[in-house]
Amino acid sequence: MELIFEKSRPGRIGVVFPEKDVPVTCVLETKYKRNATAELPSVSEPEVVRHFTKLSKMNFGVDSNFYPLGSCTMKYNPKFTEKIAQIEDFTALHPLSPQLVRGSMLTQGALEIISNLEGALCEITGMDAFTTQPMAGAHGELAGVMLIAAYHKQKGNNKKCILIPDSGHGTNPASAAIAGYIVKSIPSDAKGVMDLNKFKHALNDDVAGVMLTCPNTLGIFNPHIKEITDLTHSSGGLMYYDGANLNAILGKVRPGDLGFDVVHINLHKTFATPHGGGGPGAGPVGVKKELIPFLPVPRVIKRNDGTFALDFEEELSIGYISPFYGNFGVMLKAYAYILVLGKQGLIDVSENAVLNANYLKYYLSKYYDVPYGENCLHEFVLSGEKQAKKGVHAIDIAKALIDKGIHPPTVYFPLIVKEAMMIEPTETESKETLDEFISVMAEISRLAEETPEIFKTFPKTTPVGRLDEVKAARDMNISG
Amino acid sequence: MVPQELKYTKEHEWVRVENGEAVIGITDHAQSELGDITFVELPQKDTEIKKTEALSTIESVKAASEVYAPLSGKITEVNEMLNEKPEIINESPYTKGWICRIHTADISEVNTLLSATDYEIYLKENE
Amino acid sequence: MNYIPQSDADRKEMLKAIGISSGDINELFKGIPESLKASSFDLPAGKSEFEVEKYIKQLAKKNASELITFVGGGFYDHYIPAAIDSIVSRSEFYTAYTPYQPEASQGTLQAIYEYQSAICRLTGMEASNASLYDGGTALYEAAMMAIRVTGRNKIIMDGGVNPIYRKMLYSYTTNLSIEFIETPVTHGQSNRGEIEKYLDDKTAAVILQNPNFFGAIDDHTDIVDVCHKFGALVVESVYPISLGVLKSPGEMGIDIATGEGQSLGIPLSFGGPYLGFMAVKKKFVRKMPGRIVGITHDDELRRGFVLTLQTREQHIRREKATSNICSNEALCALRALIYMCLIGKDGLKKVAQLCMDKCEYAKQKLETIKGVEVKRSSPTFNEFIIRLPKNPNEIIGKLIEKKIAAGFPLGRYYKEMDCYMLVAVTEKRTKQEIALFAEALEDALWN
Repeated sequence: MELIFEKSRPGRIGVVFPEKDVPVTCVLETKYKRNATAELPSVSEPEVVRHFTKLSKMNFGVDSNFYPLGSCTMKYNPKFTEKIAQIEDFTALHPLSPQLVRGSMLTQGALEIISNLEGALCEITGMDAFTTQPMAGAHGELAGVMLIAAYHKQKGNNKKCILIPDSGHGTNPASAAIAGYIVKSIPSDAKGVMDLNKFKHALNDDVAGVMLTCPNTLGIFNPHIKEITDLTHSSGGLMYYDGANLNAILGKVRPGDLGFDVVHINLHKTFATPHGGGGPGAGPVGVKKELIPFLPVPRVIKRNDGTFALDFEEELSIGYISPFYGNFGVMLKAYAYILVLGKQGLIDVSENAVLNANYLKYYLSKYYDVPYGENCLHEFVLSGEKQAKKGVHAIDIAKALIDKGIHPPTVYFPLIVKEAMMIEPTETESKETLDEFISVMAEISRLAEETPEIFKTFPKTTPVGRLDEVKAARDMNISG
Repeated sequence: MVPQELKYTKEHEWVRVENGEAVIGITDHAQSELGDITFVELPQKDTEIKKTEALSTIESVKAASEVYAPLSGKITEVNEMLNEKPEIINESPYTKGWICRIHTADISEVNTLLSATDYEIYLKENE
Repeated sequence: MNYIPQSDADRKEMLKAIGISSGDINELFKGIPESLKASSFDLPAGKSEFEVEKYIKQLAKKNASELITFVGGGFYDHYIPAAIDSIVSRSEFYTAYTPYQPEASQGTLQAIYEYQSAICRLTGMEASNASLYDGGTALYEAAMMAIRVTGRNKIIMDGGVNPIYRKMLYSYTTNLSIEFIETPVTHGQSNRGEIEKYLDDKTAAVILQNPNFFGAIDDHTDIVDVCHKFGALVVESVYPISLGVLKSPGEMGIDIATGEGQSLGIPLSFGGPYLGFMAVKKKFVRKMPGRIVGITHDDELRRGFVLTLQTREQHIRREKATSNICSNEALCALRALIYMCLIGKDGLKKVAQLCMDKCEYAKQKLETIKGVEVKRSSPTFNEFIIRLPKNPNEIIGKLIEKKIAAGFPLGRYYKEMDCYMLVAVTEKRTKQEIALFAEALEDALWN
């Protein structure tokens, strides 16, 4: 399909501005002026709308396709919360308004929503306070590691290292490293959780913190988790909870109860805000009491008279991590979602998410290896090793699924499983969709046995076939 | 079969002594593990490098791998051809796909590296 | 629950099918030791959508969002064409994930490629990423990138850079050994003498902003030349709408251009979601953070788009990645792209000129008021500072009662500027609104 720039014709425009109503014309000195015009396309509104509508039709999305992408929680995004986020009294609100004199009174509604959301997240996770500032999960991780660093600094500790199991998301080591820590990777044991002995061996006075996902990326809840948090605390370290998999445990377990000191959660996963093709998300961070003084500024506070205000006191705070209060538009959707579901609704979310995953695991294990299959919660990992022996790799299975109108699972992650296919159906899929998926996966497994060679021709139904990624990287044509 | 006249490391680098200098590259095993190479970050000419320090990064589509200096010394030449055609390493890892030359104070240090036979045994053990 | 399809009967049937004959769903959670079960989960009962909507709309009414605003500070009230909301409301865009499976995501991938292209054309730079969180984190990423490129660790930062962004940079780098030097502005613009005083062969980057926080515009070409002599990079944070008329970072020779993309069709929305953009010289692209989309083809030579140069990213490089970023602001980048397409090259010039003209008109109106001094030491784009004879906070408070957000008190971030206020004028402000503002200001000062 043509690029929008290829559709440009001189003289066309897609938006009209009012004629100038002021009697002055500002002329700049030449040295400040642009020489070459910014060559944006000249296209009319109907052409723009048609172009992007055509593009949209070249995408899979949750509204049109089953999307069992492990660790990404691609659940249905309620239309109601989208409507809430459009309310103009929120969308038109300037973020500097509350920083004007008595400005908090101009934004009471927005501040109350942030405060209420923080409160709900505290109860859901068992933490003592939240900040809504981080704008994505990885941003929350970075903020969380900075909080750990600030805590140790104040205590006069000089701890240089963070422990992370080898099944952890790539963002964990990346976040710890850019915050200035040395990362040590801890291997998993035969059951797929962090090897307790190797962990004990690595734990020493130099360990500032341990970053864990629980349940982990194999969908397994670590039964030794309390022992791990206790050991870490007794050696002076803090526990970080990566909340990417919170959808498994709402109302069942709370990271705060398990001894975690810092958590981030992904509103765009558990709390049903859409992924937007890669963002925006939101990654609020919760902490235990001891870490509250270090939270980023400004903090939303509730005054004695019931009104809300912003506190900019920076004394022990890690300072500013966002220009303002976080991705407010995303928070609105998550808050509305929590209100609609309520206590029982959230419990139902996790129960059904875990049921759907276990249902799939039960049937798919007839056709595929499940190396770590015991006690999986909301997701599980298949291995395509059996199929790979026939020359059909995880990526080939992924492409075959695309032709069946199903978005592939997360493939080749976690790194500890060969030919990994990580499957997370979420609670919003019907039994019929799951049954259909099972029969498609069974069919693919049969094809892998009988006619493995045809997999290289998949996908066939998409606008393009398999693309040459080596060429893309070598030629590096990244703008036109 | 790996070339018999070269020396090797467990990180899959090879060394050839030429005119008293060490020529460095990666082995056929290393290039096949990486797959189609898309980019080679070459070291700076004339810089001093210590043994086991990262010398270069080689990238494929889904992986990036460091090349470590098998010897200490000064980098006297780099293979500029790799800027244009990184795939040379895939096609010819032991000859055209060399990465750089290192001038080292004591070239006999190469004798501390693995022989071809030892490297082959090492490869077998780690299959 | 209307978002969960399974009925009680479905659940029973599924449990039975997988061998849980008791039909008790809690059996699925038996891997969690009893002692670790949640000690509390005290949330209110769920409500209908109708009730929740009513409640949230009540809260919404507690916001004063109907003010005529002259507040900017890097975040502006520009017109947003309706086609943007319509397009981004297509579920194929907003309910999709990151385009890791290219054949099932060509729509998102082509849109990102077009976004990267539009950002390059706008900034005059060679290579753009797919987006970062916001203008502040983009500036932080640019500083870290300059440190990676040069292998140096000293940063010189112009005092005209948005003070919130400067604070963010300090927060993020507290635990890293980076030396920061701030140079003051002189007559509103970057102080060449001060920058050169500190510039040396240990300097990784000089960080500038155009227009700067005071609204002043500059030509940084000379600073770029000096920096390059020392092997230092120059980072410039820019305001995209201003690039309809102002010299682009590319034309000045800037190495890394960043900015806040909110003005490109993204609502103010109380601080987010926004859009950080970053565009660089092509030779630095492998040191750039964030996703990048590139062109390639399939076996039949059909053009297609993929995520490329992924070895820079956390999911492959882990602790050695150029950044930890994963989710970015893709849907906001799509908004910005649609905005740039609708407005086109002619519209961009027009809206930029309108902003400048209305801003000049506002200056002329305000400087007729007794005691109000409009600072004219350097040219501005659509924002400027005025000195008031009385405390700006008090004046701002009085104008809010008249439904006018007059500006931002600079004393908040610059101690020595207690009497100054920052005033922004976009194309949305009418002659009449500007006149109303001037009248109200005069009234507040002298009546």
